[in-house]
Amino acid sequence: MNNNRVVITGLGICAPNGTTIPDFTEAIKNGSSGITHQPDLEALGFSCQIAAKPSLNEDRIAQYFTPLELRNLNSSGIIYGVIAALDAWKDAGLEKSNDDEPDWESGTVFGTGTSGIDKFRWAINKIDELEIRKLGSSVVVQTMASGVSAFICGKLGLGNRVITNSAACATGTESILLAYERVKSGQAKRMLAGSTSDSGPYIWGGFDAMKVCTFKHNNEPEKGSRPMSLTASGFVPGSGAGALVLESLNSALARNAKIYAEVLGGDANSGGQRGLGTMTAPNPLAVQRCIKQAIENSRVGADEIDVINGHLTATSKDALEVENWKKALGSSADNFPYINSLKGMVGHCISAAGSIESVASILELHNGFIFPNVNCEDLNPEISSLINAKCIPQKLIEKPINILIKASFGFGDINACVIFKKYKND
Amino acid sequence: MTEQHIIDELKTIIIPYTEEKSALENIGAHTDFIKDLKINSANLVDIVLDIEEKFNITIDNDSMAKMLTVKATIDVIENKLQANAG
Repeated sequence: MNNNRVVITGLGICAPNGTTIPDFTEAIKNGSSGITHQPDLEALGFSCQIAAKPSLNEDRIAQYFTPLELRNLNSSGIIYGVIAALDAWKDAGLEKSNDDEPDWESGTVFGTGTSGIDKFRWAINKIDELEIRKLGSSVVVQTMASGVSAFICGKLGLGNRVITNSAACATGTESILLAYERVKSGQAKRMLAGSTSDSGPYIWGGFDAMKVCTFKHNNEPEKGSRPMSLTASGFVPGSGAGALVLESLNSALARNAKIYAEVLGGDANSGGQRGLGTMTAPNPLAVQRCIKQAIENSRVGADEIDVINGHLTATSKDALEVENWKKALGSSADNFPYINSLKGMVGHCISAAGSIESVASILELHNGFIFPNVNCEDLNPEISSLINAKCIPQKLIEKPINILIKASFGFGDINACVIFKKYKND
Repeated sequence: MTEQHIIDELKTIIIPYTEEKSALENIGAHTDFIKDLKINSANLVDIVLDIEEKFNITIDNDSMAKMLTVKATIDVIENKLQANAG
């Protein structure tokens, strides 16, 4: 088995606060929110009437899809995923394969929770209206879970492994781990990792009904998502996609590619819904074990970690997450790394969260900054009793950082954690 | 409706489904949707739906299965139009 070093050579983003890498970089540095009031959620009687979704116009979308595809396209997740993926491929300086032969050395792991939920609703209504014939040929490819990776595969001509992973809110981080393993083992030269999540009432409704979303900020959307705040009252639903090109270091050097960062390793596990773990709550022992194993697999010291990009959704569980980090790293209140959560700006992008937040993390490493936490000016005292408040930057910090750890936790009591390192030409 | 009129309507319907622009330009009764126009076979059902809408007819499964060439398609459309008129 090979043991390739794996680096990141391309980034693509379709986030609620930026749909190009330059715009997104600027937005996260400034703490710009992508959360807005949603009239459709209000009209449908949602408790939480604010949400975050990427802002795209028809001209932009038309650059990525053929006129025929656009005629019946009603899958926001596929639109976000394809935009992020194709932009990442281009950013990596890669071309689509020629018309006759696929690119056998390149594949994708592109995750999602659901696909084309609006298309599914339309199809279900047609069937119930006894008009099944009117479904045409576009329903299956937009509603199959692997629709997003199938569209990406066809547009780029990928000939290596092409799959869609699904791990609830850990999907995006898991996609990076799966892609990493395939490149590390030498089974692929490069893998496009990423994840996407649909927008709209039919994807967000279930969370609203569970009362895990905030209903206290319908009149002040930008203040609604409050990770680590005393007044955190539930997450704000989001959507979008993030994409990263993972490539063997040898391949990247051979084609003189821009290298953003190195993937050192990671881990994914489950709490088995035992102990304190349930379908919807994480088992703290499993979270800590996942973080510790990721550090061990990456062969770094816990004290070398500069920044934690947390899951931190803005619920009452944020303090427990910080406690888990502290225990797993074995750190004191004062030598705890910097910690931040992108969710204050973009809400919880569900299956896209891990990939969007990883793109943000890579931008921090590559450009040397730590984006500010927004909406936690009233820091939760449970958290400030665990770690020094200076570890939770509320203003942009511009300084070189070397090692960043990212984790995501999902329903089903599952965890994924990955460690990135700034790449230096050495 | 003349045969040429039906062919003209078909040509407009087919534009988004084919990249064989010259074959589409020279479309005639003999044209085969898959061999000549390289239309993805999955899209044939979409073309049938577009034809139904354009000509305000309903095409049954047996007729649909025959619609692989322009000639066969014209026959189906003419039959359905006559049935409607009758």
